[in-house]
Amino acid sequence: MTSNSLALPAPRSRALLKHPIIARYAPIATMVAALVAIWYIAAVAMNWSLVRDGFEREETTYATTDVLLGTMEAERPLLPAPHQVLEAFYDGVFGYPPLAPRSLVYHALVTLSATLLGFFLGALFGVVLALLIVHSRVLKRGLLPWIICSQMVPVLALAPIFIVVLGALGLHGLLPKSIISAYLCFFPVAIGMVKGFTSPEPLQLELMRTWSATPRQVLWKLRWPASVPYLFTSLKVAVSISLVGAIVAELPTGAEAGIGARLLSGSYYGQTIQLWAALVAAAVLASALIGVIGLIERAVARRMGAR
Amino acid sequence: MASPKPSISIVSEATAETDRGEGASHVRSPDPISAPKAPKRLVVDARNISLTFETADGRVDALSNVNLQVTEGEFVSFIGPSGCGKTTMLRVIADLQQPSSGALSVKGMSAEQARLARAYGYVFQAPALFPWRTIEKNLKMPLEIMGYSEFEQQQRVQRYLSMVNLTGFERKFPWQLSGGMQQRVSIARALSFDPDLLLMDEPFGALDEIVRDHLNEQLLQLWKSTRKTVLFVTHSIPEAVFLSTKIVVMSPRPGRIIDVIDCDFPPDRSLEIRERPEFLKVAQRVRIGLRAGHSYDE
Repeated sequence: MTSNSLALPAPRSRALLKHPIIARYAPIATMVAALVAIWYIAAVAMNWSLVRDGFEREETTYATTDVLLGTMEAERPLLPAPHQVLEAFYDGVFGYPPLAPRSLVYHALVTLSATLLGFFLGALFGVVLALLIVHSRVLKRGLLPWIICSQMVPVLALAPIFIVVLGALGLHGLLPKSIISAYLCFFPVAIGMVKGFTSPEPLQLELMRTWSATPRQVLWKLRWPASVPYLFTSLKVAVSISLVGAIVAELPTGAEAGIGARLLSGSYYGQTIQLWAALVAAAVLASALIGVIGLIERAVARRMGAR
Repeated sequence: MASPKPSISIVSEATAETDRGEGASHVRSPDPISAPKAPKRLVVDARNISLTFETADGRVDALSNVNLQVTEGEFVSFIGPSGCGKTTMLRVIADLQQPSSGALSVKGMSAEQARLARAYGYVFQAPALFPWRTIEKNLKMPLEIMGYSEFEQQQRVQRYLSMVNLTGFERKFPWQLSGGMQQRVSIARALSFDPDLLLMDEPFGALDEIVRDHLNEQLLQLWKSTRKTVLFVTHSIPEAVFLSTKIVVMSPRPGRIIDVIDCDFPPDRSLEIRERPEFLKVAQRVRIGLRAGHSYDE
């Protein structure tokens, strides 16, 4: 009896570990904690000499703990500590009215508008390309090499050319950025949708043939629904790439607004904390975009009978 | 389960006394259910059909000089070992493959015209349902393509789902059904636009014995009630003898017809007939034909 009552606590704590919420989030939380710890250590190591030199330049006496504390709150650290970045991010998001030029929300919105337009254009272009490729063998041979080549040129090199050419055509602001973003993000959509449009089984295609369906009916009733899983997978890749495209497009234009502009001015003036806060904003934005597509995907999949 | 639906007229001609032709009388088709003097139209008329294709290992004669006449209302089974061209023959009739030579007419048209006229329903070995469509929507697929009205589609879904005993499953998705049920859906789908000719390529091949027996009985009922012409590919001798009015025995390398056996058991036969001596006699003849045509030295 006693042994039995003694043995009780152990299974209970194991049961706690098996609790769905803990089972789901414990690995992520552990990972984040480990990364934050490494980040702090790196911040101390990288800022150490910077802070120590500061003390020596001012010829004050200092203890090791002073340096240690100094690495946590340097004004322009080599690597800002996580809490500094979070503070700057929080301040950037909530410290100003959303449309103030110093607000991260404002800059994120500027980049978001270019991202969304570019994503829309790029996804549309990618689907159209995939349609052309699936329906014509000549186009498949003619187009595919160019599509692949297009992605070999670094976009950072192309972006200024785009900006200059489009600027000469009288296009400024949102559209050139979106076009650069579209240029990057059509690729995964085109490749994914070629795969998706050709994914119906031979039997399904032959059934359509026995019913003498028109090519258009085969497209809308068979190829299109069969490619939906491929569409969402490639859209998730495309949306994050299109954000990168929009940010990159802001760099050579010397844009005064947008996450790219924040990154650029941060690096000009050695505002590393601002730089990192802008990076966090970009990451949050990308996760949110992917999350939205994931939600739409789930809703569509449920309607299409996913188990 | 397999009870006939109210719309079904039970055909009453007594046919048991019709003597089975013992010889290889291909052309005479003792169709037990149609009226004795009705003019029989040829549904399939294939003359000297050959089909060869080149593979990496050389030329393959999938079909060699195949002659076949099928009249209205017949149930014709193709039986033979793999590679004998039975599926190929069905595909040629369906215009899914083109013969290298020979003349073929399907319901008085070329195979292509017949396909474009939606003259037949095809059932594959796999159900080939569209996983993103409910059962109801799967049945509607050919109807949508052929432009039936919404009302007509709904009526046909009800009619054909009840014909295969699947009423109540309209809103289910294919993965929620067993393999046998899925295959019944695919049969209902092939029937949904009411073709007079049904081409079935080993529809029950992937199912277990019990389900297969059950579906055999259902298919017999269906054929009896709708009087469609059925071309049926199978591996199973009992299945072929049980269902058919005519059994076409085929042999590989080159794919050819080596025997055509007439077979006319009473239309209201049940599975028990498989134990009867006259049934076993026909089965024996099919077996002999298969053995003769099969070279075991590979």
